[in-house]
Amino acid sequence: MSPPERITRDDVAHVAHLARLELSEEELDLFTGQLAQVLDHAADVASLDLAGVEPTAHAMAITNVLRPDEVRPCLDRDEVLGQAPSVEDHRFRVPRILGEAP
Amino acid sequence: MSAPRPSTFLANAVRSGARSALEVVDEHLAAIAADDDQVHAFNLVMADEARARAIEVDRTVANGDDPGLLAGVPVALKDNLCTRGVPTTCSSRILDGWRPPYDATVVTRLHRSGAVVVGKTNMDEFAMGSSTETSATGPTRNPYDTGRVPGGSSGGSAAAVAAGFVPLALGSDTGGSIRQPAALCGVVGMKPTYGTVSRYGLVAFASSLDQIGPFATTVADAALLFDVIGGHDPADSTSLNRPTPRVLSVLDDGVAGLTVGVLVELLDGADPDVAARVHQAAEALAAAGARVEEVSVPEVRLGLSAYYLIAPGEASSNLARYDGVRYGLRMDAEDTVAMNTATRSSGFGPEVKRRIMLGTYVLSAGYMDAYYLQALRVRTTIIEAFDAAYRRCDVLLGPTAPTTAFPLGAKTGDPLAMYLSDVCTIPSNLAGHPAISVPFGPGDDGLPIGVQLLGPALSEGTLFKVAAVVEAAAPTPPALAVGARS
Repeated sequence: MSPPERITRDDVAHVAHLARLELSEEELDLFTGQLAQVLDHAADVASLDLAGVEPTAHAMAITNVLRPDEVRPCLDRDEVLGQAPSVEDHRFRVPRILGEAP
Repeated sequence: MSAPRPSTFLANAVRSGARSALEVVDEHLAAIAADDDQVHAFNLVMADEARARAIEVDRTVANGDDPGLLAGVPVALKDNLCTRGVPTTCSSRILDGWRPPYDATVVTRLHRSGAVVVGKTNMDEFAMGSSTETSATGPTRNPYDTGRVPGGSSGGSAAAVAAGFVPLALGSDTGGSIRQPAALCGVVGMKPTYGTVSRYGLVAFASSLDQIGPFATTVADAALLFDVIGGHDPADSTSLNRPTPRVLSVLDDGVAGLTVGVLVELLDGADPDVAARVHQAAEALAAAGARVEEVSVPEVRLGLSAYYLIAPGEASSNLARYDGVRYGLRMDAEDTVAMNTATRSSGFGPEVKRRIMLGTYVLSAGYMDAYYLQALRVRTTIIEAFDAAYRRCDVLLGPTAPTTAFPLGAKTGDPLAMYLSDVCTIPSNLAGHPAISVPFGPGDDGLPIGVQLLGPALSEGTLFKVAAVVEAAAPTPPALAVGARS
């Protein structure tokens, strides 16, 4: 498999947007170079022919861990809400969602 | 020869009433107060909580009851382990002011064993780093040379044990974050088999790799702490529901009949003095009756690249939760997306941003197969190669880190150079296997060196008994610059 093309400044700006990070012009320059360096190092992995090898997402294979469906105590609502930056009527309060009337 | 067990002696003194837990805890709090300004091992010292719990332990003893195996023993917690009502910051501004509404399972188990939590230790921000320099609270310094790093990311826990502030501490190890700082600080550090210690209440970095484990001054103390924290926990869906190896009872069994493989790939980039210590440890194991041979597992060379695709991928997903809505920092803005963005941009430091972006990139459309899935296929090949090696060998031996502790600031401008500090420890995380770092004398620069023992899944019993033999053969350790160990 051939490694993808080198990461560009525009790629980094796009990724920052996806990750909800706002970067300065200097940070964009710095991170573009640093991410390219790490991805260049990863070319040893990206260029291997591993057709037919199954990916391993978890080293210890455990599937379908279930518990009995019974009512149990959970975290205290007021204690949890007490950690929130803003609360109204026992709910997390956020600023307006884009596009809605205030 | 029996392995030294300082925490057992301490706990037994408290359990018998020969010493009070309060006196023990006060002594350690005094050591922290005297010297931690030179080390900055702690983000938070919980003096009031610790003294209150020590008094409870003493009351239990006075009532004729047994507080447990760690009665009155002071323990430090890496600051990514949740403590109910007590700030848990991950050394990040984004968790400013957060007091978790629950205890991590390991914290509950410590309390049940009579241990006394004395504080939360400094770390690389969200455990992303190898030197504790990415912490928003400033770096921790190495107690052997305060101009040098303690390693990381659990550098505060390693330094706290090294300086004698606590006999025991917990850290977390995603790519070497327990073993590498243990090596650089001259203490024992162990990463358990994935799933043997509950991750409930460990703030997630890379969930398929993260594992909590012990720091101690001796192999036996690390074994004791592992026995206390290990075992199935229904609150963690990745917790193994099968018997966890008990290690304390097999510690003095020796290595006769075992085969130890010196893993040559781990010696590739190691400094000559580090490599020499590994060979010296191998000779000591041979002298104690083990069969020692060289083993090559070329696939581990791919570990570093695979790790720096997988771990950031998982991190980018895990850290999406820090959005300014439910806890921690919020930067106000006119709408929710702007608030999310302002909060994350202000709350995360540069290394965390770098890894979130790297992870977002390798998981994004067009790159996922070439990078992320390819790294997961490499993970398969590494596991299969280890399996083949463990058909010949009971354990593998190598260095824990390629060098001794480096100067503060030496690698902060070069992320790839920093990442290379983890090259010897990462393969065990990718495979889910246990590994332990044991101090093995000074290097040419007079700083601590650790040798690492690696084993297959659930081989903790074997690892600890081999580690005890290595420990018994270890050269005299270097002298501390700060603190003192009893």
